[in-house]
Parts: sequence; C-alpha cells; structure tokens
Amino acid sequence: MSTVTEHSTYNYKVVRQFAIMTVIWGIVGMTIGVFIASQLVWPQLNFDIPWLTFGRLRPLHTNAVIFAFGGCALFATSYYVVQRTCQVRLVSDALAAFTFWGWQAVIVATVITLPLGLTSTKEYAEVEWPIDIMITIVWVCYAIVFLGTVKHRKTPHIYVGNWFYMAFIITIAVLHIVNSAALPVSAFKSYSIYAGTVDAMVQWWYGHNAVGFFLTAGFLGMMYYFVPKQAQRPIYSYRLSIVHFWALIATYMWAGGHHLHYTALPDWAQSVAMVMSLILLAPSWGGMINGMMTLSGAWHKLRTDPILRFLVVSLSFYGMSTFEGPMMAIKTVNALSHYTDWTIGHVHAGALGWVAMISIGATYHMIPRLWGKASMASVALINTHFWLATIGTVLYICAMWVNGILQGLMWRAVNEDGTLTYSFVEALEASHMGYFVRALGGVFWVTGMLLMAYNVWQTVRRNSSVSVVDAAAQAT
Amino acid sequence: MSVFWSVWISAITLGVIVGCTWLLFAVRNGQPHQETTEETLGHAFDGIEEYDNPLPKWWFQMFLGTVIFSLIYLVMYPGLGTFPGLLGWTQVGQWETEMAHADENYAPVFAKYATLSISDLQQTENAAGLKMGQRMFASNCALCHGSSASGAHGFPDLTDTDWLYGGNVATIKQTISDGRTGGMPPWGAVLGESGVRDMTHYVLSLSGNDADIDAVNRARPQFQALCTACHGQDGTGLQALGAPNLTDDVWLYGGAFEQVAHTIRTGRNGIMPAHKALLSEAKIHLITAYVYSLSR
Repeated sequence: MSTVTEHSTYNYKVVRQFAIMTVIWGIVGMTIGVFIASQLVWPQLNFDIPWLTFGRLRPLHTNAVIFAFGGCALFATSYYVVQRTCQVRLVSDALAAFTFWGWQAVIVATVITLPLGLTSTKEYAEVEWPIDIMITIVWVCYAIVFLGTVKHRKTPHIYVGNWFYMAFIITIAVLHIVNSAALPVSAFKSYSIYAGTVDAMVQWWYGHNAVGFFLTAGFLGMMYYFVPKQAQRPIYSYRLSIVHFWALIATYMWAGGHHLHYTALPDWAQSVAMVMSLILLAPSWGGMINGMMTLSGAWHKLRTDPILRFLVVSLSFYGMSTFEGPMMAIKTVNALSHYTDWTIGHVHAGALGWVAMISIGATYHMIPRLWGKASMASVALINTHFWLATIGTVLYICAMWVNGILQGLMWRAVNEDGTLTYSFVEALEASHMGYFVRALGGVFWVTGMLLMAYNVWQTVRRNSSVSVVDAAAQAT
Repeated sequence: MSVFWSVWISAITLGVIVGCTWLLFAVRNGQPHQETTEETLGHAFDGIEEYDNPLPKWWFQMFLGTVIFSLIYLVMYPGLGTFPGLLGWTQVGQWETEMAHADENYAPVFAKYATLSISDLQQTENAAGLKMGQRMFASNCALCHGSSASGAHGFPDLTDTDWLYGGNVATIKQTISDGRTGGMPPWGAVLGESGVRDMTHYVLSLSGNDADIDAVNRARPQFQALCTACHGQDGTGLQALGAPNLTDDVWLYGGAFEQVAHTIRTGRNGIMPAHKALLSEAKIHLITAYVYSLSR
C-alpha cells in the first residue's frame, strides 16, 4: 500500500481503514453464515465442539455481518460523504482514529466472547456489559466526529444523506443504551433490568430499530450520496426526501411490537405496532423511488457500469423487502409467517439484497478514489461479483419463502379429529432441501466477496499515479 | 391502565399519524411544479443537485391509503389506550372462540373412543383411535421421548418393558395426567470421591457389568445403609417411588462408569410435566392407549 496519496483537504486515512475492514468483516461474517447454514443441512458439522455449535455461532454471524461488515461500511461511507458534502475535514483526526480502533476492538471482543458462550441473550445485542460500555464510548465519539463535522460545514445546507446518517447515529445511541441497561453480577455476566413482557417489548423496540436505523436509515444516507454520484444525475425530488425522511423515522420507532403478535404483549401495543408498520410502507418506498428515479435519463449506464447495477438492484431489493415487511406485520399474515423461515428470508432480502449490495457498490465507488486510482483493477470481476451476489440472494430468499410457507401450512394443518397432521420434525424434514439451497446461495455470496477482496487488493497495490479521472472526481 | 397512560398512548399514536399526514399535505401543497421538472433547488453537494420534482401521485395516494386504513383499524380494534375498539375483539377472545369451535367439532370424534377400555383400543377395529393417540404423542410427547418413543438421555424409552413407575394402564395414565418428579439425591458429600467410585463399581456389578471386586465389597455396607430405602435390598428398585431397577442394565442417564458416578455424586432430577391442564381426559385416554401399545 505504498502508493497511498494523502488528500489535501479530507481525512481519507480513516475511510480507507474502514473500507478495507468492510471487505474483511464481510468475508468473515458471511463465511460464518455459510457454515451455520450448512450445519442446518448437515448437523454433524457441529463436530460436538461447544464453540462451533449453531447456538453460539448464529449470534456471532448476525453481529459480524450487521455491526462489523455493515458497521464498517457505515463508518467508511459516512466519514467519506460528510467530508465531501460539507466540504470540510473531519473535526478530529484523533477521535476518528479512535472510532476505528475502538470499533475493531469491539468486534474482536465479540468474536472471542460469543463462541465462549458469554451472552446477554438479547438478540442482536448479545455481547456482555463490558463490551456494551465499549460500544457506547466509541459511538459517542462517532457522534462527536460526525455531528461536529456537519456543524463546521462550508455548505449552506445539510445534504439529505447526512440527515439520514445523523438520525442513524443519534437513534442507535439511544437504542443501545436503553436496551443494554443491565445489572452486572460478574465481569462476564449481567441481567437485563427489564423483566417479562417489558423486556420482550424493549428487546424488539431495539431489535426492529436496529433494522430501521442501523440497516435502513444509515444505508439510505449511503444511497443518497452514491446513487446520484455514480449515475451523475441529480436527486429526483427534494420534496420526497423531506416527507419520507421524517415519516420514516417517526413511524419506525413504533413498529417493533409486530415481532410480538399473538403473545403476552397487550392487544393495544400489537395494534399500534401493526398500523405503524403499514404506514411505514410509503415512507420506505419514498427512498426507493428517489433512488430509482434519479436514474431516469441514465438507464443506459446500467449496461456498462456494474457498480451502478449493484446500487440499483439494492434499491429493488429494498423496495421488495419494505413491501414484504408491512405485509408480514399484518396479524393474519403474521399468524402464518411468524416463527417460520419466511422471517429469515425477509431479513436476508434486506440484509443481502439491500444492505450488502449497496455497501459493496459504495465501496467499489470509493476504493479507487481513496487510493488515487483511475478505476477498480477489474471491471469484469465487479460484474462477476454482481451476478454471484444477485443469484445468491435470489436462491436464498426463494428457498426461505418456500420453506416458510411450507412450515406455516404444515404447522397449522389438522386432521378430521383436530390433531395436528404433522409433527414438528416432519416440517423440519420437509425443509431440508430449502436449507441446502440457502447454503448454496451463501456460497455464491462468499465467492463474490472473495473476488471483491482480490479486486480491491489489486487496485490498492497497483502502481499508478493519480489519473485525470480521479483528479476530476476529487475536485468536484 | 390508568387514564394518564391511556391518553398518553392515544396522543402519541394519533400524533405520529396526524403529524405524518400533515407533513405530506404541507409539502404537497407547497409544490411549485405539478409535473416533472428539470428545475433544481439551486445548490449542490459534492456535485449532487436535487430536482424540485413533485411527490409522485400514486405514492401520495398510497401513503394516504395506509393512513386511512390505520385510522379505521384503530377505531375497530383495541389500540388507543383503554379504548377496546368497536368490534370488541381481543386475542384471548379469538383464542377462546377458536377453542370452543374446535371442542364442538372434534369432541364427538373423541367421545367415540372415550368409553372404550384401553385393551379394546388395542384391537384392530379401533386402529383409527390408536392412530389419533399416536398423532397426539407426536405433537405433545415426541419433543422429549422422540418421535419413535425410544427416549433419549434423561428421557425414558417407552418401547421397552422397563417402567420406572409401572407399566399398567392406570399408572401410565396417572403419569401422563399428573406428571412425575423423580429425585435422586446427591451422595458426593456423604460418600466422598473414593466412596462414589466404589459405589459406582457396586452399582455396575448389580447388572453383571465388569467391576472391581474389592471396591464392590467396600461399597456394599454403604449401599445397604444409604440406597436400599429406594432401590431395595437387591437393587431392583421400587416403582412406587420411581426408583429405577439397577439390575437390568437399562440406564436413564447412561451406563458408562463416569455417567453412573456422576449420577451418584450429584444426583438427578427428572421431570415429567403434568398434562391434565393441557389435554382433555379423552385425549389422555387415547395417548395412554398408544403408549401402552408401544411395549406390547
């Protein structure tokens, strides 16, 4: 990496660090995903080793892909976007560097403790209290760097992408602190301060907003920069940005209860969660429309630009999964889909199709600019990656739709005497093929990520001076 | 729920919905263009401009549609604090209705078999009844005892003739209805580690397994003093207490040396949950018939 050129105005070092770690943690997180997906096909892959069991590796997979891969992508792009759209350097290089090393320390601590079985058992917030405190400190520093940079901007207004990044940073701080509130009983064990139904409600208020603010608002911030930039077109509608931004952050907050339909959660809380989830459809689609319509007049670029393909297909999956989500939040639909693989398919339509695809598109856009190269080393490899990722996602979600509906229907089927037609294990047996297809989809994904790592490596080490294209890109 | 919380919930819920709707209309009413435009806001961020395009009509209508649906839903169903909704729907009510419906529909099917004795139910002409018992076993019992009823570590095999509490019809039915709590006390503190290992040799010797004869002799008086109250003088157990027969080489928690030693050292707690609150008498009758058939 001797060819790094320092940018005169912006802090690109921290962006470069986070961008590289995005690729690395992406490979790690998704490889664990393929491994546990394979365990569901071939349970022998547990090897009777506690550290390798599904129960311990599943939270490691979710934390690694959401907070390590997704988190690094958000840090990288937010630092990149905020500097370029505010035309000012990050307020503090030292604090920015601290967020990088702090976040990596959090991830490494997670990778060590979760397989050891040290867990708070709260989904997507499994790490124990000392790591929760580390996260809080890093996150507050992140907020200071980001909000401080916005405050010192040289542009008259705050760009829409930064609204979304700010909403994401502030809300995640609130969510993390409230949900992780716990009473420590030893260095590695704590108990939630909430009990029973309240604990469940706080958990899903957090859990769904981890989706809403970490995996949606943050990535919409990414979308609002990289889609118009890569397409070289203006954003379709500023007015749409305003309505969908405020409506999105206002309604997402109340949607979490739909994870607890037909449970001990009071009826009123379920109803409120259901209607808020339904209203969420339009604000979600507002972002998709604004991204898609930005391409009008530039559709021909999709033929030659695989980076733009990543960005556009991610918006398609975003639109699809944000339609699916409100539908699944309707109680009668939820009665069929809940607890089945449909839910896992829905999550991955968002996580692979939307979050990962847009992160990858954004990373491919940034890498040459960060290292002062004309372009990525191989456009053909980006294209191959695009198809691997698309096919992988389609295999994954189709397998889970089939499995989910199959399970839902088998579980509720009754004989003429009212007894269940199928035992649980029969529905599990029927799901075996779907589990195989899902694992196969994961293999496609990991293969694509390995190609990306190779391509990034070739780009970064390539011995070329700053090209004309890049100089122009950095000047604008 | 107090009046305060009821008002609080309603105000926030309606406030969010009304607020979003207000914003939607406010932005729409201020639109300078009703059709697609090339006009931008006039500022650029890193080269990115923004068009002043109107909100897409179909999107506006969709937004409004979900708001209207939601408001109607909140009038019909419980949502706004203590207001129960015009339909009077509750999830408990829905469950009760469905259960009453099921009882009404399916009770006659079970009633047909409720009056037959367990031995009648073993006859081929009543195979359908036994099949119902098997289905209920699959969804209620198989989680612990396995779908083939052959048990697992800590969960008894129901297909053999070895019974902890007895294998006659009345006992099986009682086990299913009322459940069982099997308690083997821990003897580690009483016997000490070498005592535990001696006793393990003794216990293993009862079923003809290889054992150190010296250890067996050392443990014999301890067994007579501590274990016979439940397991009997000869170690054949006592079904009234659920104390296992130690002479038949059938092991609930494993028959390897270390497994038996662990049982003696730390004790065991076996729980069979009571099912009388979960399943009707007629259903338990048929499950009993099925379980009884397994060991015949």
